[in-house]
Amino acid sequence: MKVLKASLGWIEERTGVVAFVAPLLFHHVPRNAKWWYVFGSATLMFFTIQLVTGVCLATVYAPSAAQAWESLNYIDNHVPMGWMLRALHGWSSNAMVVMMAIHMLQVFLHASYKYPRELNWITGVFLLLTTLALAFTGQVMRWDQDAYWGLGIGAAIADRIPLVGDEVRALLLGGPIIGGATLNRFFALHVFVLPGAAIALVGLHMVLIIKNGISEMPKPGAVVVPSMYRKEFEERMHKDGVPFVPDAAQRDMVFCGVCLIGLVALAAFYGPFGPGGMPDPTIIDTNPRPDYPFMWLFGAVSLLPPSSETAIMLIAPAVGVLILVALPFMSNSGERAPSKRPAMVLIALVTVMAIAALTWEGTTSSWSPVMNGWSSLPTPVKFVRGRTPLEMQGAVVFQFAQCRNCHSLDGLGGKRGPELDDVATRLSYDQLVRQVQQGGGNMPAYGKNLDSAQTAAVVAFLATLHPANEPDSRIPGAQLSVPTDNATAR
Amino acid sequence: MNDRPTKGCQGCGCSDASREGGAIEGQPARRGFMVKLGAGLLGVGGLLTALPIVGYIIGPATKRFTNVWVDLGAVSVFPAGQTRFATFLNPIRQPTDGDSAKTACWVRCIEAGKFQVFAINCAHLGCPVRWFEQSKLFMCPCHGGVYYQDGSRAAGPPPRGLFEYQWKVDGGKLLIDAGRLPGLEESV
Repeated sequence: MKVLKASLGWIEERTGVVAFVAPLLFHHVPRNAKWWYVFGSATLMFFTIQLVTGVCLATVYAPSAAQAWESLNYIDNHVPMGWMLRALHGWSSNAMVVMMAIHMLQVFLHASYKYPRELNWITGVFLLLTTLALAFTGQVMRWDQDAYWGLGIGAAIADRIPLVGDEVRALLLGGPIIGGATLNRFFALHVFVLPGAAIALVGLHMVLIIKNGISEMPKPGAVVVPSMYRKEFEERMHKDGVPFVPDAAQRDMVFCGVCLIGLVALAAFYGPFGPGGMPDPTIIDTNPRPDYPFMWLFGAVSLLPPSSETAIMLIAPAVGVLILVALPFMSNSGERAPSKRPAMVLIALVTVMAIAALTWEGTTSSWSPVMNGWSSLPTPVKFVRGRTPLEMQGAVVFQFAQCRNCHSLDGLGGKRGPELDDVATRLSYDQLVRQVQQGGGNMPAYGKNLDSAQTAAVVAFLATLHPANEPDSRIPGAQLSVPTDNATAR
Repeated sequence: MNDRPTKGCQGCGCSDASREGGAIEGQPARRGFMVKLGAGLLGVGGLLTALPIVGYIIGPATKRFTNVWVDLGAVSVFPAGQTRFATFLNPIRQPTDGDSAKTACWVRCIEAGKFQVFAINCAHLGCPVRWFEQSKLFMCPCHGGVYYQDGSRAAGPPPRGLFEYQWKVDGGKLLIDAGRLPGLEESV
């Protein structure tokens, strides 16, 4: 013990490390800073795990378009604990994004970004951007079909930038195609540039936390007055604060411990993400999807009206970042309590719901045709039982003309077009003929591609699609153009 | 850490000169010169170092790639009235590209000697479109872009029809002018 103390003293005398670290550990934090405050620590913990597992993966991963995909399969299948390291890296990445989002939401709801913590918020915004960039470049590292076509989407968006689109795309891809140069660019970003930026930003974030202290739980009526705040805050901390270690740190430790066990459980149980199909662009039987942190963006981009999507895709991200950065300047004093800031609570609520809804939309992606619907989905028997030969022939045309890729019958099939189980209650025979031949409302015109016999058959089939207790759609008084043998067959 | 650069050094009783260890008259002027010289040299040196680095990073955007005629195989592989899948190795490639240098396209033979060659990439956001012979449509799996057999837009979000490669028949072989990833700014 004596020796230990002496050697510690020896080191301290030469480094001053204890004198440097002790104030960080034992600085006073608000007594009421309870479980709301654990999410920032959890984010930092997951970032640390990313650094450690990332360095481990880099010892085997081959950052070359020719070998990356195979090296990942090698890590998964042949390197001891390789699959687990990839699983930890993947799950921890998602967890880091989630924890950061909750942390940000808490800071927003409690208005902790007000004076004097404006720069805490702004460094946090840049940490969010860096983290999302790490998540996207990490998806590229997988170098599978999702990565390849995801880059294709990124390139197509860059290409829409006016005047310099071509140059921006070349910068992004590192050349005229998605290839070796592209992967190496994103590798340099993912393992050098972005982690370096994140470490620097985390350091700055920490310095600001120490300098400005941790904000108290908001209380209605306890308003922030910039000219008085710092002095009063320091007095309150001096009088009523508790040391970070152990009073606040114990909660961080408990929460981080639970998170860690959860992470290992998820990684061990669900395993690593991908790699998906091999990155051969001539294999076009693919259905590219982004990783979860970007599912809401995928949903948003897909649901934009085509006429304005270019402008929105290019301008909205910049406006979003600008609003986040400007937030503490728009209101940096006054009430912090959510009960006194109903508009901000509403904004937070709407944002969370919008992201959740768009994530759901992206996951189900009803706008994507089911590319093998026509060849793999059965025609429900109830829609062909007791039908005439012409109607049955129409059911065959319906299947082989790929109608099922976009239209569902009995819940099976694409969701891009309307469900057709009861189409005959909405469209008359004439309207069905027009819709099949001329398309419209986001449906291609089949007039050129089906001959008149096929059209007659498929419309005869569609005209049968209505519930037994509901009549088919007819324009009152109009002459019935359905051939009578079909009309009487039911 | 504590010996800050001297600026006035008020209150401690020393003068700039004495801190320099018994310096002579005129020393501060020379130091001012040295600072300027140092800043100038560092500036010039920094600029000289930065030039190749910036040039290296923005290189891909400044380098002009020209397309090359690529052989898709004998004309007889593409029967009249049909649309067939074809692949080729991208003529602009580097050693580490691996499979990603492979490229696919759709070849439509309208009649003998008359072709349309479409890029695989949807004109919306670049996903690979698939040809359906029965309905004579190209469909995109991402956002539901649909094109007719002549490549014109049929439905969905694409702002235009499919990108087309220039083609020619030479010695019984179908050649296309390929290299760059097709895009709205400058299609293949």
